[in-house]
Amino acid sequence: MKTLSRIYTALIFLFLYAPIAVLIVFSFNNSKNRVKWNGFTLKWYEDLFHNSLILDSLRVTLEVAVLSAIIATVIGTLAALGIHSMNGKLRNLFLAVNNIPMINPEIVTGISMMLMFVFVFRVTGLLRPGFLTLLLSHITFCIPYVVLQIMPKLRQMNRHLYEAALDLGCPPLRAFCKVVIPEIMPGVITGALMAFTMSLDDFVISYFNAGSTAQTLSVTIYSMTKKPMTPEINALSTLMFGAVMLLLIVVNVRQIRENSKKKKHRS
Amino acid sequence: MDEKTIIRLQNISVSFDEQPVLQDLNLKISDGEFVTLLGPSGCGKTTTLRIIGGFVKPDSGDVFFDEKPMTALPPHKRPVNTIFQRYALFPHLNVFENVAFGMRVQKRSSAEIRENVAKMLKMVNLTGFEKRSVHTLSGGQQQRVAIARALANHPKVLLLDEPLAALDLKLRKDMQTELKNIQKALGITFIYVTHDQEEALSMSDTVVVMDNGKIQQIGTPQDIYNEPQNAFVADFIGESNILDGVMHADYLVEFFGRKFSCLDAGFEKDEPVDVVIRPEDIDIVEPIKGDLVGTVTAVTFKGVHYETIVDFKGFKWMIQTTDFYDVGRSIGIRLNPEDIHIMKKSAYSGMFGDYSSYSEEFDELADPEADLSEEQEGADEV
Repeated sequence: MKTLSRIYTALIFLFLYAPIAVLIVFSFNNSKNRVKWNGFTLKWYEDLFHNSLILDSLRVTLEVAVLSAIIATVIGTLAALGIHSMNGKLRNLFLAVNNIPMINPEIVTGISMMLMFVFVFRVTGLLRPGFLTLLLSHITFCIPYVVLQIMPKLRQMNRHLYEAALDLGCPPLRAFCKVVIPEIMPGVITGALMAFTMSLDDFVISYFNAGSTAQTLSVTIYSMTKKPMTPEINALSTLMFGAVMLLLIVVNVRQIRENSKKKKHRS
Repeated sequence: MDEKTIIRLQNISVSFDEQPVLQDLNLKISDGEFVTLLGPSGCGKTTTLRIIGGFVKPDSGDVFFDEKPMTALPPHKRPVNTIFQRYALFPHLNVFENVAFGMRVQKRSSAEIRENVAKMLKMVNLTGFEKRSVHTLSGGQQQRVAIARALANHPKVLLLDEPLAALDLKLRKDMQTELKNIQKALGITFIYVTHDQEEALSMSDTVVVMDNGKIQQIGTPQDIYNEPQNAFVADFIGESNILDGVMHADYLVEFFGRKFSCLDAGFEKDEPVDVVIRPEDIDIVEPIKGDLVGTVTAVTFKGVHYETIVDFKGFKWMIQTTDFYDVGRSIGIRLNPEDIHIMKKSAYSGMFGDYSSYSEEFDELADPEADLSEEQEGADEV
């Protein structure tokens, strides 16, 4: 029975990761042939770093990811604090509203934001589709993930901590910075990493909101697939996979460390 | 003791979600006093404390400190400090920094902080724990850090919100003594919230018994125990048999169809009253010599004494006795005038003091029909 379940697990992982493994292997293939192995090369990676289109979109992707992670984390943290201080019914309502964008199909989010930006642009002449609309759309879809990471930290926090700081003579804002911020910091950092990863990862929403002046990597890759494909795409996808993987590992290791720390405290 | 009033609550009312929590509460607390707010959960005692601390704003009424109004003062500007339920120590700071927190806020010199923290930790017997993380401390040690942290600010009044509730019995007793000693040594006012009547009686100078958002009685522990003002206080503080009686004249009360002399006076002629008889005051005698005769229906061994439930004409009393009387035995009891305490009728009359439904888990029932079903369920199980 045990071997059977192991085989089953192995099969699942094989199906899940085989395509990515193939992609990675062929990013090192010394030929444009997508079936036959012609020996090892780093040529496609070299080409990649000489392709100005790709480098430009890499820059845009990173800029958007960093900026949207920072801004979404600030807004998300404030939102989580606000939701936390609400009473039961209102809190559940706002949490549900917060969750909708995450369940909502990305294409709906993407198109609806595009329509809104176009509308605003037509009416006011502001927000021409480009870097700014791209950034705004990323901030918007990242906020719920940040809120979701911080809420449990607020719930775990002893609700008297903030009052205790006030009680000892701390003015409200300082009490918040000295006591509440350190308590929820792990959630804030995880939230920021999540936002960064989500932003790197996104294709659909970027596709609709980037305009023609600011393209993210994923949008660029998509447009490359419309022409005859080169293994450059494999190389680029491999790098993206690696980057996202690394980030997820960091997030998970942080969580595991924290859990074991908590266990130690309890015992 | 100085009789100067340090804190005064005047006509305080608060509601949460339309639910009244405190109703027109008035309370004076003298400087240097150990005052306990005692009552069941939901009686408004913690809310009262939080109003003094500034964490709850009353809907109406005022708080005075040294006769100066401080209702509008935010918590961080009030000259009181609080020890919270579950301590609320700052988890990201070590013991030293927790105790130093208030002084750091006040920007004291680091030499002064070091000296004062050492003094505070010495007072609570935690010298040498400065560098420890608060997570590594036991419940009792965390409690001491919380005390040191609150007292490091040299408050005139210390508020304590069920500070010992999370500790086990033995430690709780030790900490009770320790807190009392600290209060005496510093000479500052302690306002202590608890639902533990024994804790309240053994520590306080003054006990404030609360129920339903109202003060039921204020007095010394002896007053509260010996002269309860209504059936609620009599029942909540210790065990009580509470009977319907009629006051025929000063020092003469009738209940169970017999007249007894007592020590109470000042009632109307033939005024209906509640009669309180404490289970430990009752003397058991031979049936023929007894003022009343009843049958034992249940006995529970409690260590110091037996808790004996005795049926007198369908009304069950609790009697605490060091002698064992088996179930079914007929016994007599004798009541001396000082064993009988008379109270005016109140909204609580008839709700407490009958041990007919007595069981270990469930020692009071207001509804006679519920009594019946409870007994029937018991019978079914047998």
